[in-house]
Amino acid sequence: MKTSPLIESVTDRFPDAVLASHTYRGDATVVLGRKSLLKVAQFLKEDPAFEMNFLMDLTAVDYSAFGKRATPAFFASSGVAVKPSPQIPDEDPWPGPPAESRFAVVYHFFSTAHKHRLRLVVPVEEGDAEVDSLIPLWPGANWLEREVWDMFGINFTGHPDLKRILMYQEFEGHPLRKDYPVNRRQPLIGPVN
Amino acid sequence: MPGNDMQNEQPSYFTSRLDKAIGWARKYSIFQYPFVTACCGMEYMATACSHYDVDRFGAGLPRFSPRQADVLFVVGTISHKMAPVLKRIHDQMAEPNWVVAFGVCTCTGGFYDNYATVMGIDTIMPVDVYIPGCPPRPEMVLDGLMKLQDKIQDQHTTGNRPAPEARPDIL
Amino acid sequence: MPMETTQTPQSDPAELESRDMMLNIGPAHPAMHGIVRIVAKLEGEQIREAEVEIGYLHRGFEKMSEVVDYNGVIPYTDRLNYVSPLINNMGYCMTVEKLLGIEVPERCHYVRVILSEISRISDHLTCIGASAMELGAFTVFLYMIKAREYLWELVEQVTGARLTVTYCRVGGVKADLPDDFVEPCRKAFEETRKVIAESHGLLTRNRIFVDRMSGTGVISSEDAISYGITGPFLRATGTDYDVRKDCPYAVYDRLPFDVPVGSCGDNMDRYLVRMEEMEQSMRIVEAALRDIPGGPVLVNPETGRPIPAAEMVDLAKVGDIGAISGGCAVTGPTLEGSGRAQHASIAADEKRVFMPPKEDTYGNIEGLMQQFKLVMFGHGIQPPQGEVYFPVEGANGELGFYLVSDGARCAYRVRVRPPCFAIMSALPKLLIGDMIADMVPTFGSVNMIGGELDR
Repeated sequence: MKTSPLIESVTDRFPDAVLASHTYRGDATVVLGRKSLLKVAQFLKEDPAFEMNFLMDLTAVDYSAFGKRATPAFFASSGVAVKPSPQIPDEDPWPGPPAESRFAVVYHFFSTAHKHRLRLVVPVEEGDAEVDSLIPLWPGANWLEREVWDMFGINFTGHPDLKRILMYQEFEGHPLRKDYPVNRRQPLIGPVN
Repeated sequence: MPGNDMQNEQPSYFTSRLDKAIGWARKYSIFQYPFVTACCGMEYMATACSHYDVDRFGAGLPRFSPRQADVLFVVGTISHKMAPVLKRIHDQMAEPNWVVAFGVCTCTGGFYDNYATVMGIDTIMPVDVYIPGCPPRPEMVLDGLMKLQDKIQDQHTTGNRPAPEARPDIL
Repeated sequence: MPMETTQTPQSDPAELESRDMMLNIGPAHPAMHGIVRIVAKLEGEQIREAEVEIGYLHRGFEKMSEVVDYNGVIPYTDRLNYVSPLINNMGYCMTVEKLLGIEVPERCHYVRVILSEISRISDHLTCIGASAMELGAFTVFLYMIKAREYLWELVEQVTGARLTVTYCRVGGVKADLPDDFVEPCRKAFEETRKVIAESHGLLTRNRIFVDRMSGTGVISSEDAISYGITGPFLRATGTDYDVRKDCPYAVYDRLPFDVPVGSCGDNMDRYLVRMEEMEQSMRIVEAALRDIPGGPVLVNPETGRPIPAAEMVDLAKVGDIGAISGGCAVTGPTLEGSGRAQHASIAADEKRVFMPPKEDTYGNIEGLMQQFKLVMFGHGIQPPQGEVYFPVEGANGELGFYLVSDGARCAYRVRVRPPCFAIMSALPKLLIGDMIADMVPTFGSVNMIGGELDR
């Protein structure tokens, strides 16, 4: 696994917070423990070697169906299901989902001064889905965290107003979770079509 | 026919001439309310502007208030969050009014068969003309508009919709 | 005779009751930008608080992309930023190509860049036209839509559709540029330049326009960066960040262009930055058309002969391969530009990813097998497991795609980093302190595209 100087600096500075790291396809990625997110984010923003002034993206992934999906057969009665297998070989394979936990909150940072990017992945358990909010450092995290709450149901401690942003308040459930079927509609008016 | 409230007069020469005259006047002075949500709005803008002019049909003056409009162009995908708003706007329009479902998302939901989209606005309101397409070409829009004009021409002055009390009170 | 004047009682201002007014703007409102709701608390004409509510066009892009296969996501990406659909297509396809680790041919890069820049010009035309119309300049809107029609006719010539093009594929593009592309492109740009010059004359030194746009909707560079704002919005505040220059992709590092940067971050600067960006985009396209590497590979002169496509298929089905080998099918407009002659210039050299030309599908068994393995249900593009992030410069800013794959034929997670989401989250900050009438030009210069904001 190739490492980049960014990953090495972060690992040297926070050796007990970093769970894993890789540079798959050139993207520097660090898997971080939940408790140290705010410290590491502050370090990334303020340290002159990093100067990550942009929080580009904040999202989450639900790993509960990873590698388990059988491709559905066109004629369901035929019972044919193809297990997913990569057909295009890989010299430097990806290490896999970050941890055994169900969710992972993914942060992308960018620095306009040094033009480098870093990705932080924070694994989150299903029963204890809570992460620190990054609003004190970047006010733009407000809406991004609301969207993650809306779509996945992950709480952000310290968020002033965590409510739904893309769906309506009466909606029940979190649509981007793997156990939410794609066409279960909950109409406010009209028939369930 | 006895008991039929909607057509309480036998059609006679003068009422049918009057219907035709009123229909002619109405179809060439359409005040549209373009309820624009998504990508079809771009083709709506293209149809309304100089290249594919919709003003030559008499429909070139958009009124952005439902009280002042008579044709509701529902342009673009309607999500379940937006549906009550659309219904309220439609209910605020005075009779006679017509609804045009512009774009396949409003006709049947398009290819957004998921938790968020209304699968066709005719589940929540009566539609007069369906213009499919993703987005429809301006020529298709003008064809739909001409079909709507034919429909307006053929209506009786009493209108052939049931009275508002008969419609279910959804809000 | 002097008139009796009545004495009005002087009331003490402190005794007059005053209340803030809550005004609900939207979600259905005349600005043709889409549906968004702003709840503003007004004190007289000034906005004291503003709350923005979005999500009225949420169409579940990210959920749908977990259900359809990799090439099937491309129509959904068209409808993200629907005024510049080719940029979204290109961003998504380059993300999947990064995950797969394949490289498209150089000519394909040039074609993608040319069409992306044409999309960007039509996006800026729509934005400026619509915001000028809301300030009362209806003529400018009509002129800009006229110019946009020329560009859309050009796009239709290449891709087959005006707006939702679905032109890029994973590993290439659908078809090569037609032979007679340069001349219509030159004419379209001539018209666009005329329209831009006229609009400059009508707006840029217009007293009313300048008074309404300067000094309103001001945001500082540090605030913009802390909200994650990129694109012309950020460049108008003074920070010079453009994904095409700082993290170049495709062939942008070889093409000469400048990035306009403003200074004070108000609406006027954003308008000027967008007008100048259109000129720079045209410069990019002209340079790309000069430098684009050679046209389609010439057919073998000994056997190269055109055969009507239906005849070729019939001969192939009865097994008469000798009669059709080496020939080029004459197809209808749907398949124009994607024949065997152009295949090397539009497709990556990776059989497991890109469809074969139709002459191979019907002409030999390897082509048929390649088509089968890509099209049949249960098969398709199956990338390795992994996660990638790839940013491109959208018309509103950095459009990033984050893709997680588990090796199946559908993506596991596709996340779009929408550029106008960040700008809209900063909208309360832009509006507070200004007057209610300043909301119109500010909101117009945000260029909120509902498909991208709510996905």
